[in-house]
Amino acid sequence: MIREQEDIIIQTVCRIFIPFMQVYSLYVLAHGHGSPGGGFQGGCIFAASFVLMSIIYDLNEVKRRFAERFSVFLASLGVFIFAGMGWLCLFLGGNFLDYGVLSTILPVDPVMARYYGIAAIETGVQITVMAIMVSIFLNLLTGGLHEKDVEQAYVRVNNQ
Amino acid sequence: MKKLLGIALALAALILLLHGIEDLPPWADPHQPASVHVSPRYIERSVEETAVPNIVTAVLADYRGYDTLFETAVIFTAGVAVLMILRRFMP
Repeated sequence: MIREQEDIIIQTVCRIFIPFMQVYSLYVLAHGHGSPGGGFQGGCIFAASFVLMSIIYDLNEVKRRFAERFSVFLASLGVFIFAGMGWLCLFLGGNFLDYGVLSTILPVDPVMARYYGIAAIETGVQITVMAIMVSIFLNLLTGGLHEKDVEQAYVRVNNQ
Repeated sequence: MKKLLGIALALAALILLLHGIEDLPPWADPHQPASVHVSPRYIERSVEETAVPNIVTAVLADYRGYDTLFETAVIFTAGVAVLMILRRFMP
């Protein structure tokens, strides 16, 4: 079980590092058009920042910032954004996931509409990957026992 | 007996697969069907069709959008499956 780190060097370095990691994951997402990157990689980097947070604080801190219900909601939201873009293209008269027709609602030509459509679905992928990675990490680490007080839950189950 | 049957089935499948390898194009052959049909089209046209400088992103998210959609769905399903198998709620 992960407990709160008492080493001040690790705490300080990680506390400075986490925001940079999260901003860097957004950079990876936004520059997926021009360089290696995209939703999958960016989502993993964002989830890794929460893993780092669980190392320097404890799991309750991560759960306080990223509640379980919220993570499942975000995972569904990402898939919804992706599939919703496909349906939006369908309703606008094109094929499923044919972003060119988005130019009828965006003030750009069809080629740039494809550019923005790709950006939108990458955002959906990033949200899903990030939420699912954090959720899998929490569940695998605690064996599905990350209640409000993780330690107490462990003791109670092992005594049964 | 069952073990022998399994080994015989596996060997038969191996022979079938090795036989199928003969019909595959040579490794890294520039004239194989996949290299003369879709790849040149992606390389030549993806920038003017999608305005995305990174061909990988254009193929991943636009030409093969279905693939990526269901990859995302697979990740979502994996997370929900882990949640359903491992999660135990305290009374």
